[in-house]
Amino acid sequence: MKVALFVPCYVDQFYPNVAIATLELLEKFGCEVSYPKNQTCCGQPMSNSGFEHLTSGCNKNFVESFKGFDYIVAPSGSCVLHIKEHLHDEEHPSEAEKISKTIYELVSFLTDVLKVEHLEASFPHKVGMHQSCHGQRGLKLSQMTELNAPPFSKPQDLLNLVKDIEMIELDRKDECCGFGGTFCVAEEAVSAKMGVDRVNDHVRHHAEYITGIDMSCLMHLEGILRRQKSKTKIIHIAEILNGRKA
Amino acid sequence: MKTIDHAANSKVFNQDEDRVDWHDETLWFIRQKRDKASKQIPQWEALREAASQIKNHTLSNLHNYLEEFELNAKANGIQIHWAKDAQEHNEIVYDLLAKQGISKMVKSKSMLTEECHLNHYLEDRGIEVIDSDLGERIVQLAKEPPSHIVLPCIHKKKEEIGALFHEHLGTPEGNADPQVLTEAARQHLRDVFLTRRAALTGVNFAVAETGEIVVCTNEGNADLGVHLADIHIACMGIEKIIPKRGHLSVFLRLLARSATGQPVTTYSSHFAKPRKGKELHIVLVDNGRTKQLGRPDFRNSLKCIRCSACFNTCPVYRRSGGHSYHSVIAGPIGSILSPNLDMAKHADLPFASTLCGSCSNVCPVKIDIHEQLYKWRQVLVKEGYVDAKKALSMQLMAKTLASPTLYHLAGKAARTTLKYAPFIAQNRFNPWYHQREMPAVPKSSFGEWYQKNRTK
Ligand code: SF4
Repeated sequence: MKVALFVPCYVDQFYPNVAIATLELLEKFGCEVSYPKNQTCCGQPMSNSGFEHLTSGCNKNFVESFKGFDYIVAPSGSCVLHIKEHLHDEEHPSEAEKISKTIYELVSFLTDVLKVEHLEASFPHKVGMHQSCHGQRGLKLSQMTELNAPPFSKPQDLLNLVKDIEMIELDRKDECCGFGGTFCVAEEAVSAKMGVDRVNDHVRHHAEYITGIDMSCLMHLEGILRRQKSKTKIIHIAEILNGRKA
Repeated sequence: MKTIDHAANSKVFNQDEDRVDWHDETLWFIRQKRDKASKQIPQWEALREAASQIKNHTLSNLHNYLEEFELNAKANGIQIHWAKDAQEHNEIVYDLLAKQGISKMVKSKSMLTEECHLNHYLEDRGIEVIDSDLGERIVQLAKEPPSHIVLPCIHKKKEEIGALFHEHLGTPEGNADPQVLTEAARQHLRDVFLTRRAALTGVNFAVAETGEIVVCTNEGNADLGVHLADIHIACMGIEKIIPKRGHLSVFLRLLARSATGQPVTTYSSHFAKPRKGKELHIVLVDNGRTKQLGRPDFRNSLKCIRCSACFNTCPVYRRSGGHSYHSVIAGPIGSILSPNLDMAKHADLPFASTLCGSCSNVCPVKIDIHEQLYKWRQVLVKEGYVDAKKALSMQLMAKTLASPTLYHLAGKAARTTLKYAPFIAQNRFNPWYHQREMPAVPKSSFGEWYQKNRTK
């Protein structure tokens, strides 16, 4: 199975270990993984700011980089959702469409395509799960508290395969962290307050680590934790699943 | 550029963190009550779907249902008035009062009359209006607009209400006992109800098939006002129509559960014809609604039944307060309705969201609120309602992200700058850094790591 690794720009620049963990995980499960080196970004920072009309160059580059693979996998729900909903390329419409259909966020790729049922990983810590909105409400990785519908959680299914991990319960299971792309600077006051409230929910329940599927939310929460000089740390779910020791 | 916008207002609101916490928790409590109530009926999601489809169908056939409603209402003896905008609406109401020499009116909750600024219009012409919904009365005494469509004074603590009542209704100083305060309001309003010859109400649903209107309240204030007055004026936006009476079985079950977690509002009053010797007038108002109906991306915002569930769930609303939206309808739904009326004035509102999507999930009529927020952003930028500096930086970003070479250069620069001169990014001019640290800087990017370790 030929898989292309899509590494969101801020993960590439600031969290290379998350991309390495993703790569290694996919390889462990027998994928033939390539990293197209001309990839840049999904275009979301512009689109969410109202500048979707400026993304054609970015889209073109994306299609150019990721055409011809069986699957495209990224350790981010937000970027994947954006590609699924907004990628288009007037010159190569069918390639763009195929990419939108075969791009996966890492967790759902592991549960839905690779059907992972066993992991060599242990993480003997108290961990809180941050549900990133675009992964949860957009890609439906887990059930949403607003709906009257049966519960499920793909990230939790995978974490259940990790030895010695202890998940904590939160007061608000799926409240947004307040990152929101450019919202985090444009609406700094509310964004930071939302982040502080999220962090406090985890800390109050004695989380040693906050994990999640989206590094952007975790970067925002990490910024707050470090400012508070908190002992609680963040860790991307790929790193736990790949067996990183704390 | 406007100087006061949602971000600036929220910054002020967030200066008092205890108050933000109190506001957030109060509204979260209501969201939880809504969750509980919605989970007690197994067919909840089916009801939402039915409501959404009934509303979609109605919007597609609005012209027919409006005419059907008018015909049936008139046959019942109701007098129908059409208003194309706020101005016409206000004139109609004023004329009805002036004709009868009425100078004092009691009014139950109506967001439409807020939208039309009716109170001011009438007061300028010597007509006194007293709001009879308790929350509305409180903000009226405080000379403030409502901050929430169902709970107009949710931004006020009971001590503040106590002080207001002490000043206006003569309650003992320093008394904030809710029982004392509501009793004072009750006595004060009783007198109002008994002496007003005209009562104005809003409309929750107007049934085309029967020509009747339904008004939902918890306090019974609409009924009390109407029953004691000679003339009842009911004002409604044209989107309040539903085709059949039977459809109420869908909407009434959704409305109160979504709003407050109650199974049904205490009073769901049907007004089908005037009482003997009295008058019943209905004013049907467009005021931008047909314009919104003509915008394919935004038309289904007109499905809204004003339950406020999207307010209560919105993590931004809870932490910025209703007044920060500087529009009659705040919250997520206000942010997609208001730009339709005035893009320049409300260009900031679609950006006052993280697009988390919780609003769309609680909405009982399944409006894709967060998707419309995204779409409004595109419209506002295209129409030029955006800061020139931002536009320039976006163009630069677009260029960089379209070119792998430029991107790799820029990434390296960003990391190097951060690493060797942290003060450049980590200073008080960078809003990120105000309350957050920047991420630690790795030795190399993943791309560089991959180049070194994985390419033969
Ligand atoms: S948009 Fe939906 S959730 Fe919000 S007030 Fe209207 S009906 Fe209620």
